Parts: sequence; structure tokens; C-alpha cells
Amino acid sequence: MITLEHVSFRYPSGLLALNNIDLNIQGGDFVAIMGENGAGKTTLAKQMNGLLKPSQGRVLVDDQDTKKVSVAQLARKVGLVFQNPDHLLFSETVKDEVAFGLKNFGYQPEVVEKQVERTLEALGLTEYKDTSPFLLSGGERKRVALASILASEPDYLILDEPTIGQDYLQKERLRNFILQLYSQGKAVVMITHDVEFVAESNPKVILLSKGEIVATGSADSVLSKDELVTRVSLVKPQMSRLFGTLSRYGLPRDVVDVHRARMLLEEKLSEAKATVP
Amino acid sequence: MLTPALLFASVWVMIILLAFQIPLLFMGRVARRWALSLRAGIFLSALIFVVNYFTGSIFSAIALTLRFLVLLTAFSLFFMTTSPDDLGLALDRIGAVRWLSRKWLGYPNALSFTFTTAVRLVPTLAVDAQTVVDAQRSRGLELDKGNLFRRIRNYIPILIPLLLIAIRRSLELAEALESRGFPGKEGRTSLFQLKLKASDYAVISVSAVAILLSIWVFLHYKVPVF
Repeated sequence: MITLEHVSFRYPSGLLALNNIDLNIQGGDFVAIMGENGAGKTTLAKQMNGLLKPSQGRVLVDDQDTKKVSVAQLARKVGLVFQNPDHLLFSETVKDEVAFGLKNFGYQPEVVEKQVERTLEALGLTEYKDTSPFLLSGGERKRVALASILASEPDYLILDEPTIGQDYLQKERLRNFILQLYSQGKAVVMITHDVEFVAESNPKVILLSKGEIVATGSADSVLSKDELVTRVSLVKPQMSRLFGTLSRYGLPRDVVDVHRARMLLEEKLSEAKATVP
Repeated sequence: MLTPALLFASVWVMIILLAFQIPLLFMGRVARRWALSLRAGIFLSALIFVVNYFTGSIFSAIALTLRFLVLLTAFSLFFMTTSPDDLGLALDRIGAVRWLSRKWLGYPNALSFTFTTAVRLVPTLAVDAQTVVDAQRSRGLELDKGNLFRRIRNYIPILIPLLLIAIRRSLELAEALESRGFPGKEGRTSLFQLKLKASDYAVISVSAVAILLSIWVFLHYKVPVF
């Protein structure tokens, strides 16, 4: 379990990036952290694997205070995938890139090879295993970056803007992959601006604004509220905008995803059909 | 400052120069940042001291270490109080720079523009460097692990992404510049016009006198190390 207790963080420049954050993340959780630019989302992610230590309060990863353990030790448990793959890709081949973390953690060569193959397979990258990561497209590079973290099977996975630069098919695959991970008992934390992706995946949503948590709840309860969504510079998902105008027909306002929308509309339409002679 | 510091390897000269520089640091409100660059220079000054102590005397070691500090302070003073934009504008006004730039690069303001761009990319690159270090540490990289050789190798995963980011950014910058019509026509004007004020003339004359005086002293007297 990752526990943040009254965490505040001030950058050396004096900027208060996080203000009194309390948060719990455990296996099987799927959490989306959303908020305006500069709200402190990435700072919060860096607190979870010890890259940044809280100025006040404390962060515990499986009951270990992040101030007392090295980032390398924490990285075995907490995998943080950075937003821009260009900040981490450096190897000659995709295979070596994915093996880098495993080697740092001191795994045996056979284990490294097995894990690399499994991860590449899972992310549809096997055909590129001997290609240079720099020859791949932006979306593929992003998947290589994800693979390089996933290969060591961290218990907690933190994704910073995973959907940027991915086409719909890849987003769909990513969603299924995340689903698979948290149903295996791992925790997935996703930092994102992508309201539609969040609406369709239905995680627990945490809204962050100016370094403070302003709302926590299910995607449909948080993303359907105008005042909350506007406060963090987002727009409501399309389904929510549609159902906001349909409430006079007795439909609920808090619908954000296509699946639930379809169920409700089908029900309503069949009722209507029944009453019309 | 630079001329006497380089001409004389004397403890007293260095102390006098430092005595001139320190009030300037406070006048320019850069004393705190200077202290930071001083901290970064500690290792190098220790090295200079040790090397000169074993090759010369204790006094020459002190003098040369102080010389390093004088040079460091002089450069800090200049770069911390002069904005790179102003420096670029000033370079653009120097006839010799424009002439060289036209001969060499084809446009009179290309050289000063190159300088301004290079200086301006430094802080951006520093932010990228921090992100790359963070990203690799998140993959279990420990920079300060192993023997010296291993430690140098540890920096490969930092340097390669950083280099590629820098190259990619400069190519993008070149495209952006071309799409905005760089270098434009001859006789480009600038929004801010630099003008020499009375205080500028004062600084120039004081510097000129100091340079001439130190050359004169150098030619006629032998200044002892201590």
C-alpha cells in the first residue's frame, strides 16, 4: 500500500506544489489523477517513488518511509512511466531498452530474457525487438517506455499521460492492459487530461487543483459535475454533456460512459415503444 | 580585472582585486548566486591548490588559487548582471561581429543570433537533464554506484537521451526559424535600442586605465609572489 500522510511539498524556488495531501493506494486500485496544468500531478507521482521527498508529512510504500530508502529500491515496487519517452530511451535495440531496468535490479540473465520477451509480447512489440527505439514512431516509443517499466512487474504502476500520441486502437489496448493489471491485484495510477479515456475506463478519480485534492470519487460522480470539471480546466465527457440536457426525460445526469448510456437509452426507448400503439 | 589577474601571479594583487570585486557583487545583487558558483568551484580550486603546491611553493599555490577565484568572480559578475538578450543585442551592434558573420555565415546577424540561442538553450537543457536523471533513477539506475569506471558508464543513459533531445530541438528550431522567414532582410531593426550612458563610459574608462596601468607595471617592475 502507498500511503501519503499530510504530504506538503515546496520546490526550492518557493512554489508550494502540494498542500496537505492524504491518499491511499492499494493493490487492485485503479486511480486517475486529473487536474489543470501545474496542479501538481507529476509532483505527486514523483512523491510515490521517492524521487521527491515531502517537505512535510510522510509517504509510506509498504510501510517503508520514502525518506529512508533509495529510489532504486523503491523502483522495484513502484514503476513510474514518464510522459515523454525521449527522456529515457537510450539503448541500441528495443530488447536492451526493456532489459535495462531488470539488469539494474540484479536479475539473472535467463530471468531478464524471459521477462523481456513476455513484456514485448504483451505490448505487441515483439516484431521490433531488434530495432533501434529511435526508429520507431512516437506512439511505439511510448509503448517501449511502458514496457521498460512493466518488465520488472512493479506492484504499483504510475503512468504519466499514457494516452498522449496514441490512436484509438492503441488507447483501447492500453485500457485492456490496465484492466488486466489491476484485476491481477496490482495498483494502477494514471495521470491524465483525457476525460473520454477516464470516462470509459471508470477508475476512481482524484481531482487536483493548485496542489490540493478538490474531489475524490467514481468517474461518473466527479466528471458529471460542472463546477468541479471547470475548476480544473477540463470539459465534461461527451456522454455527460448529452445526459445533462436529457434529464427532463427522467434520465440521470451522472452518465459519463457509452456503455451505461446505451443501457439507459435502450430501456427508455423500449418503454416508449411499448406505450405507442 | 582579467588583465592584472592574468599578468601577475601575486597573492597581494589577487587580494586587492577580490576586494574590488566583492562590493560589486553586492551592488549587482548577485552575491548569493555567486556563492553558489563558488561552491561549485571548490573542487577545482582545491585541485589547483594541490597541483601548484607540489610543483611550486605554498605562496604560488595560494596566488593561483586566488587567481582562479578572481576569474570565477569576474565571469560571474559579468554573466549574472548582463542578460543574454542584451548581450546578443550588443554583439549585433559590433561592426566586426557583423562583418565576420556575413563573411562566414552569409548574414550579418547570424552570429549574434547563434550566441543568444545557445545561451538561452542552457536553462531548458538543465530542466531536461533533471527529467532524464529522474526517469533513469525510476528504472533503478544508481549514478553513484561502483568504481570510477563504472560511475562514468552510469552516465551513458543520461547523456544519450539528453544529446538526442538537444539535436532534435535544434532541428525543430531551425524549421521554426525558416518558416518564419529567418534571416529576413538587411537592415533589421530592434525593438530595444542599446545606448551608452555616462556610467557606461565611466566603466569603460576605468577598465581601460586599469588595463594600461597593469601592463605598464608589468613591463617596468617585477611583482613578487608574496
